[in-house]
Amino acid sequence: MAPVSTERDLRLDLFRGLALWLIFLDHIPSNAVNWITIRNYGFSDATEIFVFISGYTAAFVYGRAMQQHGFIVASARVLKRAWQIYVAHVFLLAIYLAEIAYVAHSFDNPLYTEEMGVLDFLKNPDVTIFQALILKFKPVNMDILPLYILLLAWFPPMLWLLLRAPSIALIVSASLYALMWLFEWNIPAYPSGTWLFNPFAWQLLFVFGAWCAMGGATNLSRWVHSPVLIGLAIAYLLFAFSIAMTWYFPRLAVYVPKIVGDTIYPIDKANLDVLRILHFLALAVITVAVVPRNWPGLKSWIFWPAIVCGQHSLETFCAGVFLSFAGHFVFTEVSNRVLTQVIVSFAGIAIMVAIAALISWYRQAERRGGPHPPAAKPGYAGGDV
Amino acid sequence: MRRRLLLLAVLLLATGPAWAEHPAECGVAESLIEPSFRLPHVTQALETKRLTILVVGAGSSQLPAGNAYPVRLQHALAEQLRGVEVKVTTDVKAGRTAAEMVKVLPAALDASKPALLVWQTGTVDAMLGVDPDQFSQALDNGIKTAHAAGADVVLINAQYSPRTESMIALGTYVEDMRWVALQQEVPLFDRFSIMKLWGELGTFDLYSATKKLDIAERVHDCIGRLLADMVIAAAKPEEPPTNGSR
Repeated sequence: MAPVSTERDLRLDLFRGLALWLIFLDHIPSNAVNWITIRNYGFSDATEIFVFISGYTAAFVYGRAMQQHGFIVASARVLKRAWQIYVAHVFLLAIYLAEIAYVAHSFDNPLYTEEMGVLDFLKNPDVTIFQALILKFKPVNMDILPLYILLLAWFPPMLWLLLRAPSIALIVSASLYALMWLFEWNIPAYPSGTWLFNPFAWQLLFVFGAWCAMGGATNLSRWVHSPVLIGLAIAYLLFAFSIAMTWYFPRLAVYVPKIVGDTIYPIDKANLDVLRILHFLALAVITVAVVPRNWPGLKSWIFWPAIVCGQHSLETFCAGVFLSFAGHFVFTEVSNRVLTQVIVSFAGIAIMVAIAALISWYRQAERRGGPHPPAAKPGYAGGDV
Repeated sequence: MRRRLLLLAVLLLATGPAWAEHPAECGVAESLIEPSFRLPHVTQALETKRLTILVVGAGSSQLPAGNAYPVRLQHALAEQLRGVEVKVTTDVKAGRTAAEMVKVLPAALDASKPALLVWQTGTVDAMLGVDPDQFSQALDNGIKTAHAAGADVVLINAQYSPRTESMIALGTYVEDMRWVALQQEVPLFDRFSIMKLWGELGTFDLYSATKKLDIAERVHDCIGRLLADMVIAAAKPEEPPTNGSR
């Protein structure tokens, strides 16, 4: 089956951009502003949106490449992208180490002797840095890029299959997800435990995104717009919302029947709990119903900031991780008042938009004036992956 | 974080039963210590006028100098329970995971035969990134061991530590402890939320970099007192209040 359209679907950029903003807000600890993020109102969070859309755009861009230039060339491009992400991850790691080293040097408080033990890894950097380079040691909030690297590394054969038999590819992916639950597969982490985003689980959403890009979305559209499904989606979102409220108002927890509690908890993020997938799908159904593909509002300036961030997702994501470190740093060193938190949050988003806009301008300028013609055709959905 | 506004809301909505007199700074967190489950062995022990408590914990149950919360718990209980002989023993060692503490539990329980085990854990597991499933299992095992030895259990979760928040992902472990406590029907002393509330309301400056002990001592004092309140409330013969209307 051929990729359906060559016109970029701005909704993908828009929602990926919004997801990146939410991930940034969620990554600043003790931030009053992150009560607006979706994870507080249901089971899934921005990670699902990001992984799904990344799968969609990866299939869109590299699927065309594979059709036009063959398996080898397209695979090489996918792996090059994985390498770029690895480099970005190591860059963020360097910034993280700098922050940790500063804290270790400056922080002292007898109340937190135990917590200071987290800095002990600086005493044997040989082990820690090596473990970080092989993606086993992943500092807090730096788990998404390693997941992304593995998903891309595994993507070429999956894409090959998706181009020939998309349904079989989806079945393979779902089977891998089921086997992961059955045999508790995951990748070991350092110093102990396993990956916080289990690649065997999260690949399902990535491949599902890719499957949708390969024409699955068109096949599904009949179902997606059915009033019954929309009704079910709304009911599920309301259910998730009412459960989420009991997390904040423990007094409400008594109204959750024991059997419901026993069934749904714990909601496993590492292994992409089915409840989370359903929540994401319900959100997607509602979104597709409310925002049609050719909705003129998508071209309005109001959405431009989010769209431009979504179009340069790797750079925006990295900026977001760095800015969330920096934001936390401001809280510790300057002030942690609510006003500061609001200012830091909005300033952070503004900086992410500025960086994305700069990169966008830079790419256009390169395209126009460079001595060499551009190697890759720009303008696919997602711009880059 | 997300709980900030909600905690404030809880604080405004909820007015707990009348607690013992405290320094005002401890009091802001009183609504967070309503026990959700009862402590029958403690109730019995109070009838016999002898209460033995064992505190098992890691580094955040001790201070480099001065009295940490277990000693203050003993003082607060003795003050409120006139005529009862209160004894708090400790098995505290920095850097222990929940699973490591489960290993020493049988011997420690056997040595002091407590009516109540106060079990502080979670921080070290979060720092090492212990598999959350294994962490929950360790909690289950520890609680079962204590129950089998005839002791009630109160769990204490991690401290709220704003400076190290971007380095230690406590979230999963705090949630897991809440969940295990609910499943096993043991009260959870939510030290994390209490300290977070103190931090947010400015009761204690938890950000400060200092070698001085004063804030640490005051925090431990409040924790000891609030813990005593919770234990007494959960051991009252009648049903503990489920609704905080005054």
